Amino acid sequence: MTTANDTQTPGTATVPANPRAFPIKLQWESEGTSRIPFMAYTDADQHKKELERLFYNKHWNYVGLEAEIPNAGDFKRTVVGERSVIMVRDADGGISVVENVCAHRGMQFCRERHGNKKEFVCPYHQWSYTLKGDLQGVPFRRGVKQDGKVNGGMPADFKTTDHGLNKLKVATRGGVVFASFDHTIESFEDFLGPVILGYFDRLFDGRKLRILGYNRQRIPGNWKLMQENIKDPYHPGLLHTWFVTFGLWRADNKSELKMDAKHRHAAMISTRGQSGKADQVTQVSSFKESMELNDPRFLDIVPEPWWKGPTAVMMTLFPSVILQQQVNSVSTRHIQPDGHGSFDFVWTHFGFEDDTEEMTQRRLRQANLFGPAGFVSADDGEVIELSQMGFEQKPSHRTLAELGGRTAEDTDHMVTETLIRGMYEYWRNVMEAEA
Amino acid sequence: MSADSSTPMNTAPVNISFADYLALSQFYAAYAQAVDSGNWDLWPEFFVEDCVYKLIPRENHERGFPLATLLFESKGMLKDRVYGIRETLFHDPYYQRHVVGAPLVHKAEAGRFEVEANYAVFRTKLSQESTVFNVGRYLDVVVRTPEGLRFASRHCVYDSEMIPNSIIYPI
Repeated sequence: MTTANDTQTPGTATVPANPRAFPIKLQWESEGTSRIPFMAYTDADQHKKELERLFYNKHWNYVGLEAEIPNAGDFKRTVVGERSVIMVRDADGGISVVENVCAHRGMQFCRERHGNKKEFVCPYHQWSYTLKGDLQGVPFRRGVKQDGKVNGGMPADFKTTDHGLNKLKVATRGGVVFASFDHTIESFEDFLGPVILGYFDRLFDGRKLRILGYNRQRIPGNWKLMQENIKDPYHPGLLHTWFVTFGLWRADNKSELKMDAKHRHAAMISTRGQSGKADQVTQVSSFKESMELNDPRFLDIVPEPWWKGPTAVMMTLFPSVILQQQVNSVSTRHIQPDGHGSFDFVWTHFGFEDDTEEMTQRRLRQANLFGPAGFVSADDGEVIELSQMGFEQKPSHRTLAELGGRTAEDTDHMVTETLIRGMYEYWRNVMEAEA
Repeated sequence: MSADSSTPMNTAPVNISFADYLALSQFYAAYAQAVDSGNWDLWPEFFVEDCVYKLIPRENHERGFPLATLLFESKGMLKDRVYGIRETLFHDPYYQRHVVGAPLVHKAEAGRFEVEANYAVFRTKLSQESTVFNVGRYLDVVVRTPEGLRFASRHCVYDSEMIPNSIIYPI
């Protein structure tokens, strides 16, 4: 590297170093996490390590809502990380999650995404399983009798009990279902920690949920960028000018950012500001004080008792799900990685069993703000795609997340990227640990 | 996958005049031209004031889930969407091109038509190849007004299982 020194011709600027375009190894600039290497988003091997350490071990992954499978035999096919699994309600009313891989020849036997079954049958050789995943039937297990002898059959020591489907550990709370391949995992409650669990219980307070429907989008970016998007209160007032234009987001919103002790999960809690003119609290150039909706029903907000104050609580449960309450719109957003450079983002909007027809209609109307075409969510997918493009072209570089400092701690304001730094503290702890 | 039982085979003659069918065909072609033109202000004008526009995944439509990707219940909401497209929604710019099949008239009454049509929308981003963006069918109610034919409702029921990142412009 060239540095300024006496031999340089006076007036000549220092020539900046040109780092190698394709670094061999991911390198952080310091022990901190405020500068995140682009390589954290661009490396296929590291992505596999993330799946191993962040999805398949020691983490509870979102799989669905109990209301999606209300009756015995109801099932839903979904994923944990990149592995296909089936969430199913068995005859006893319990919920099982099994891996969608036949114990015989490994086929991903379940192709429907939802339905009702009495048993699982792999079409290839008709191996059948109970809804809990126990192997119950193997055609020609005892061979075929022909001309007084028995042809074929499984070996005498073959036991069906050794060849069930891979069963995941399941946790349900408040109507939400989580699963893990790791049977030694801590309890779901310990996984969330008391602070985040409190906000989880605020949303899922025991009322039965009513499924309103799904939205599915494929975002060509690294899955972590979606976690970061919902840990980043810096962007909403700047990117989402719709929020600002119509007064839903203001820098004088009363806000708190909270994390679990390990800084992997977070909640962004805010309450709409009421005082002052909005142009005093925003720096968005396109802001128009006089702008009004032609149809104000998009923002027909009716406070609900369970809010207990905050008008928006956005929770990131690491690594697999975002839980959304934005005024009357509530949803889960499932992050389903597909390689290092893409993920599927599945939105499940819901309501509660005691909702009036008016409240259901209000939730459906406010859903226009969110999802793959939403007034304030469509642009999130766009910036994630373009960030990934920046990372891919320049993997030797790093992002800068230094708003509000270089450390991670809870705050009582939104002018900070503390939650992103917190997530990468945790990420480094897990990813840099010895195997 | 479940069959769409709401759609019986429709080859029965419908009581519609040639002039009306011609007008409908022109109307459908004009809509496609308008939403591909980049002049978004044209779009709400295809609807009556008290209209419904819905962009909904086939999955929700067939399973009876009410959630739509976009749900607009008035011409005012369509105008608000136009404002969002033009002023507030950041997105990678793209062209879109609708190819709409021949309208299939299910029911023709005095001044009111129930119509279905297949559509495919291609997206072309700058410096990129053209790709299939959104595929489905329109389920419409078209009414005759003093200004000409208008949509009382247009439901875009799309097969596309994954939206390629985001949908900004009208389908």
